[in-house]
Amino acid sequence: MSFVSVRNVWQRYGDRSILERVNVSVDEGEFISIVGASGCGKSTFLRMLLAEERPFKGEISIDGGETAVEPNRERGVVFQRYSVFPHLTVRNNLIAGESFANPLGRLRGVARKEAADRADRMLERIGLNHVADQYPAALSGGMQQRLAIGQAMTAKPRILLLDEPFGALDPGTRVQMHDFLMELRVETNMTVFMVTHDLQEGFKLGDRVLVFDKPRWDPQDPGLFGATITYDFDASNDGVPFQDILDQYPSLAAG
Amino acid sequence: MRLINHIPGRPGAVILAALPFVALVVAYTVASDLRLEANPQDKLLPAPGTILETAQRLFTEPDKRSKEILLWNDTLASLARLLGGVGISALLSLVLGLAIGLMPYARSALSSFIAVLSMVPPLALLPILFIMFGLGEVSKVVLIVIGITPFMTRDLAQRVMEIPKEQIVKAQTLGASSSVIALRVALPQILPRLISNVRLSLGSAWLFLIAAEAVASNVGLGYRIFLVRRYLAMDVILTYVIWITLLAFIIDWLLKTLSRRSFPWMEAGL
Repeated sequence: MSFVSVRNVWQRYGDRSILERVNVSVDEGEFISIVGASGCGKSTFLRMLLAEERPFKGEISIDGGETAVEPNRERGVVFQRYSVFPHLTVRNNLIAGESFANPLGRLRGVARKEAADRADRMLERIGLNHVADQYPAALSGGMQQRLAIGQAMTAKPRILLLDEPFGALDPGTRVQMHDFLMELRVETNMTVFMVTHDLQEGFKLGDRVLVFDKPRWDPQDPGLFGATITYDFDASNDGVPFQDILDQYPSLAAG
Repeated sequence: MRLINHIPGRPGAVILAALPFVALVVAYTVASDLRLEANPQDKLLPAPGTILETAQRLFTEPDKRSKEILLWNDTLASLARLLGGVGISALLSLVLGLAIGLMPYARSALSSFIAVLSMVPPLALLPILFIMFGLGEVSKVVLIVIGITPFMTRDLAQRVMEIPKEQIVKAQTLGASSSVIALRVALPQILPRLISNVRLSLGSAWLFLIAAEAVASNVGLGYRIFLVRRYLAMDVILTYVIWITLLAFIIDWLLKTLSRRSFPWMEAGL
């Protein structure tokens, strides 16, 4: 049984089909890159994984659960922008990852102290301990995205969803963020879905690369058919598959 | 060079800022002199010296009959009504604005109602308020509340809706309930806006207050102005007008300072 399973998912807005017959299953710990042309429905797909939107039909389940009706703690998310709270300091943004689940959204006494300690460890991990008491507006784009990823991880989600997380960063910072994300992944073995415009980035980071496109096209009515997953590349081992096939199937070497 | 590219230096800017005030005082003094020369008994434009004397008397000397300094009584009564009305409006608009901005059901139910309500001219309701709540404090406070709440509510609801959707979704993925999102995500971000709304509404609040006091009251700044109007006591009226302006200015300055102190995260972005 796969960890995340998407079965026969369709999505449409009014008469316009966006996605059709999307099927994919993902194992725990896999990093899935999602690429495709603009307007091909890859962001819609991510929003459905996030449960911000419900599929028109079909099922999306995490660890065998029901299709969710609204975003919850099982799903962590980082958007291209606006992922952190501008009115909270960097440290409090991380504490919010734990405290928002409380009835009043606050932690008191010992619980708060412990959460602050964990936040400080996370700050050290993401390299932001020197700006712990500043507000996000004072941080650079890369620092804000690191904070956003740290904040999402603090809530201990089952899957992490990234919607073009590095799209607004300059190329140098982007490479740094790649390294940061890879390290974090090795440490946590998190299941990640990342939408990106950058093919290279998709293949570099992902274990699998899903390509969304429209398999059918009606020139008279472009909205008639939706997009689906047209390719599902194996991008593990730096995008050169079957490098370790002999380790997996030693019997092949015998011939 | 284009006019829009001429920028005054620091001393120039200060002089320019002072210029309209000086011009007003000079114009008044000249006009007053001209009238008093023609008729020393003229009451319409009392000399600045007379106004100062009157002001000193009003601020320090108690009334002969009641043994109380009327100006301070008036000020206290008016400020209590004003701050009461504005405070209630701020609370109401905050709660309604959050509800309308965050909850689609509340938006469907309330937003057009409040849009229509904000079109009702509040002063036209004053007679109804006097009939319903009597001539006491309640009707004056209610007039202020009715006058400024709809506008503030609409603006705050708009601000809540302008909070990026990403933040609301993010809060949900951190497990926040609707009330946590309202209290910990939306509320702190619209508080600065609430303060600037209060600053904007204070002008109308004063207007409604003075109108209500003028019609029916026995104490208050507006009441006093309209009372002494019968004796053409321009010196008293002008003192009161300057005093009200000063009060309004101080309240505005206090709110501005409060806003700057309380919301450092707003400044960080500038």
